[in-house]
Amino acid sequence: MQPLVKNNILKEKIIGLSRENREDIIGYDTPDITKIREQALSKFVDLGFPDQSVEEWRNTNLDNALSYDYNLAFHPVKKITNIESIFKCNVPHLNTLLLPLLNGWHVFMGEALKTLEDGTIVGSFAHAIKKYPEIIGRHFSKYSGAGKNGLEALNTAIAQDGIFIYVPEGVEVKSPIQIVNIIRPESNIFVQARNLIILGKNSKLTLVHCDDSYNLLPGFSNTVTEVFIGENAKLNHNKLQNINNDSTIINSTYFHQKSNSKLLYNAISLNGGLIRNNTYVKLNGEGCETNILGLYLMDKTQHIDNYTYIDHVKPNCNSKKLFKGILDEKATGVFNGHVHVRRDAQNTNAVQKNQNILLTDTAKIDTKPFLEIYADDVKCSHGATVGQLNTEALFYIRSRGIEERNAELLLMYAFAAEVINHISIDALRDRIDDMVKKRLRGELSVCDQCVLHCSSQEQPVQFDIDMSLLKTNN
Amino acid sequence: MNAKKNSIIDEVTQGEYKYGFVTDIETEVAPKGLNEDIIRFISTKKEEPEFMLDFRLKAFARWQKMKMPDWAHLNIPAIDFQDIIYYAAPKKKKELESLDEVDPELLKTFEKLGISLEEQKRLSGVAVDAIIDSVSVKTTFSDTLAELGIIFCSFSEALRNHPDLVKKYVGSVVPYSDNYFAALNSAVFSDGSFCYIPKGVKCPIELSTYFRINAANTGQFERTLIIADEGSYVSYMEGCTAPMRDENQLHAAVVEIIALKDAEVKYSTVQNWYPGSKEGKGGIYNFVTKRGICKGANSKISWTQVETGSAVTWKYPSCILAGDNSVSEFYSVAVTNNHQQADTGTKMIHIGKNTKSTIISKGISAGFSNNTYRGLVRIAKSAINSRNYSQCDSLLLGDKCGAHTFPYINALNRSSIVEHEATTSKISEDQLFYCNQRGIDPENAIGLIVNGYAKEVLNKLPMEFAVEAQKLLSISLEGSVG
Amino acid sequence: MLSIKNLKVSINEKEILKGLSLEVNAGEIHAIMGPNGTGKSTLASIIAGRDIFNVDSGEVIYKGKNLLEMAPEVRACDGIFLGFQYPVEIPGVSITNFLRTAMNEQRKYRGLEPITAKEFFAKMEEKKKLVEIHSKLTNRSVNEGFSGGEKKKNEIFQMAMLEPELAILDETDSGLDIDALKIVAKGVNSLRTENNAFIVITHYQRLLDYIVPDFVHVLYEGKIVKTGGKELAFELEEKGYEWLKN
Repeated sequence: MQPLVKNNILKEKIIGLSRENREDIIGYDTPDITKIREQALSKFVDLGFPDQSVEEWRNTNLDNALSYDYNLAFHPVKKITNIESIFKCNVPHLNTLLLPLLNGWHVFMGEALKTLEDGTIVGSFAHAIKKYPEIIGRHFSKYSGAGKNGLEALNTAIAQDGIFIYVPEGVEVKSPIQIVNIIRPESNIFVQARNLIILGKNSKLTLVHCDDSYNLLPGFSNTVTEVFIGENAKLNHNKLQNINNDSTIINSTYFHQKSNSKLLYNAISLNGGLIRNNTYVKLNGEGCETNILGLYLMDKTQHIDNYTYIDHVKPNCNSKKLFKGILDEKATGVFNGHVHVRRDAQNTNAVQKNQNILLTDTAKIDTKPFLEIYADDVKCSHGATVGQLNTEALFYIRSRGIEERNAELLLMYAFAAEVINHISIDALRDRIDDMVKKRLRGELSVCDQCVLHCSSQEQPVQFDIDMSLLKTNN
Repeated sequence: MNAKKNSIIDEVTQGEYKYGFVTDIETEVAPKGLNEDIIRFISTKKEEPEFMLDFRLKAFARWQKMKMPDWAHLNIPAIDFQDIIYYAAPKKKKELESLDEVDPELLKTFEKLGISLEEQKRLSGVAVDAIIDSVSVKTTFSDTLAELGIIFCSFSEALRNHPDLVKKYVGSVVPYSDNYFAALNSAVFSDGSFCYIPKGVKCPIELSTYFRINAANTGQFERTLIIADEGSYVSYMEGCTAPMRDENQLHAAVVEIIALKDAEVKYSTVQNWYPGSKEGKGGIYNFVTKRGICKGANSKISWTQVETGSAVTWKYPSCILAGDNSVSEFYSVAVTNNHQQADTGTKMIHIGKNTKSTIISKGISAGFSNNTYRGLVRIAKSAINSRNYSQCDSLLLGDKCGAHTFPYINALNRSSIVEHEATTSKISEDQLFYCNQRGIDPENAIGLIVNGYAKEVLNKLPMEFAVEAQKLLSISLEGSVG
Repeated sequence: MLSIKNLKVSINEKEILKGLSLEVNAGEIHAIMGPNGTGKSTLASIIAGRDIFNVDSGEVIYKGKNLLEMAPEVRACDGIFLGFQYPVEIPGVSITNFLRTAMNEQRKYRGLEPITAKEFFAKMEEKKKLVEIHSKLTNRSVNEGFSGGEKKKNEIFQMAMLEPELAILDETDSGLDIDALKIVAKGVNSLRTENNAFIVITHYQRLLDYIVPDFVHVLYEGKIVKTGGKELAFELEEKGYEWLKN
């Protein structure tokens, strides 16, 4: 019972601060948005932070993450020094349009909102409210509602900035757009970012979305992203999470798909104190395809919880979910997958898979692959496995003269590769591939102080074994 | 085509409940409502030892502080626990010495249900404990069993003749505080079956309990306790029916199984309580807590259930695999039709080393029903080298029903392997047409296909039950087309 | 026995049979040949009563009755058997159980008592020998995990058990090696009487070496464009279907 009280202190503090800073929060709002915020705030007042009495949060305890005396960032960081080094992206040959977020605020030089040659608009969410109230009004909070839980409601209520991307009808954005979300706590900070991404009919976008931390101080990042994928549009969304061990990320993404649209979503979680990814996909048109993949490699006392909810509302849609995880030391993992096939969603194909490897007796996994089905003409399946590395395969490799540790690495890598191989941007895939190898070798967590941002170029990691000879199935 | 399909589904869903008759027997009932006095009344009525009354009262105190669980995928109207009769028993004039003294109406009832209480009339060796409205009316073959040292009798009788055994084990697997309905049962249970198999004895015949609700407005709260001592074996079966009544009736049972070292217990259930009318009126609310413990090394408990009845089913026959190398299995077929709702599954708690569990669940939904599998597999840190394999398949017949799968896997060590697979499908047009082409009409074709679908589970039932179960499946679903 | 007149059939508004006529009398074997996609299997399905097609016009009279109005199982009970091109798998349902159910349904339709277990098993043993299938096969689930050849043999076995009056074999020869083909043919030939008839659908003349047809029809673009004796099959084998276009 005690932790609840602690949470309540923070809750009261945040509510108090939200009221004090009301003018700043609603500064950019239209009256409609202010109304939505007010409703959301009262929802947060009602719900508070999610605790383990709620089924969806049963296996994730936020008490520790909420025990810090956080501050909120109602204003952007004023003076930013060494901006290049903060946002230096260490993915060689990855040509992206970079949209940095620092403590929830878009960092920009020149204009807050840019219109690209092809008509795509990118930039600050706060400025977009002002400049494009009509677009924002049509989409903001339309897919998330006030939010499914207290944290999301809080975000809806007080998040001021984030990234806004609008891809007009028929536009295929050439180079990938990259959102880099960095927490830089001078003191413990509780960050809200709100992103809104809109893909018009027949458009196409590749997105890279990174969550990183800048130093080792604890931070709490509470992001909500709403993504609208118009008719026949295609989104390729790559998420990369690599934050320090004392930081918490709650990342909620609402995808709303219209007919014949396609979504490929990759969530790679390499490091983080507590990561919770809520991914909601609503297939609200016929002929949609959605492919949600996840890979998590956790150690120490890290905790990862992937909650995914796929809502098959309309007929003739396909969804696939594949989450794979390797848990080492005292890491804990949760997979909470829910596929909901509604009465009218005939001819649905839904596959859901979660596979886990526990490397120690202190690591722990809870997996809950749920199916809830109301239509009869469907093909749905789900599977979950927990185990260790295949001992026969291990023996086979060792019998060819490969030492045990390397044999294990090989198998772990092969296990992870099934997800990595789905990353369609070559440069990014190679980089992630590299990071996963390092992570598996235990090298990445050693320098997690700087992870991607240390200015010295890291040595490319060479495996002792040629990975290309291995098939991915283990 | 759809119109035709629907008409077939309609036909199917109108299969009548065959056991809906009421027997006219004199019944002694306690007044409605639940309070300490009622509990004392029941206890006194049954001439129970003091410890049993204590247990009941503690359970009642606990129950009053509890809330009815709402996590299941069920829609249950509020139950007025003060509007239920907690004790109803067929009136008897004196202690029964032989079958001749059983009320002939009662005998007829069981004959009508296909259960013969006359030992010489029984073809196969099955000993029956017949329970009507919570009270055991007759246990057959108990003398024959006694020669082997097997105790098979009503719970009340066990309390009188073997209080130490009861005291030692009752509540040891399902504590009275376990859950809302277990607490309720612990407070008010009126009778049930008791079974003890001594060391090294393999029970040569099937033991069986037949439950029948007869009186109106009553709840049935029976309690079964099975103890398999070291190296023993028993196969136990349970069947149940109830009259058709417009109001809902409550059934909250508790079954506890203890398997000691090297013992094996097979528990089979064919649950066919009155499911309610086509419109969803009436029917039994079935809230059952069944749990076994593989207490000793190398012990084994298997649950096989065929669930076709009840308006609402809330039931998770579970097993605690405490002994090293112990094994547990759960095989289930759950059929829901019309407005039935079922939330059923199992819990496998692995504690001992090298423990193994298997879960095979086949859900079949038709009409407007909702059928949910909910299962937990927990591998404790101590349960090294343990294995679980689960397979949960759902079959949907018609587009107004729902089929849901909610598995929970909780793994705490690296050396164990847990696998879960699930699929949802319907009967394909091709399969149906193939049967039709061979001259099998759609209704029989569905029966055939569903039985084929459920075969893996039906095969696990003792012969005596398998035939009944197969018929039941066909009756409950005859001809639904997916 | 079977009279099809000017039958037009479509699926999803695509016309497949475009005015097909065919007369089959008791005691006859008809072979229907033709290139892929000309409606051979559609014809078989229509006779058996598959309801995914629309009959736009024409009539199908079987033993004086309007076949198109009958449910598939009634047709089966009345003596129509379709040997499927792709027999479906029915998990968990053993062939024995399946066939016994089918046989008893058909007997019921004809006003006969159910077959006793003894008679049934005796008959199974006899027919199994006929099509040379292993005893073990009948204990398995219907078509589940069967090889292509086993599935086809199983179809002939079922035909032998059910003794239909009109059997339609839809490309029963495809995917069979020569030994299996001979077995299938042997099954058909031994079942042949003057009271029953067969419609054999095939691509190749090969099967007709073993099952000698009284008539060979060429089905092309939804119509029977040529009818002849067994020599027509040889001609087709030699000249190919292109020859028909003229």
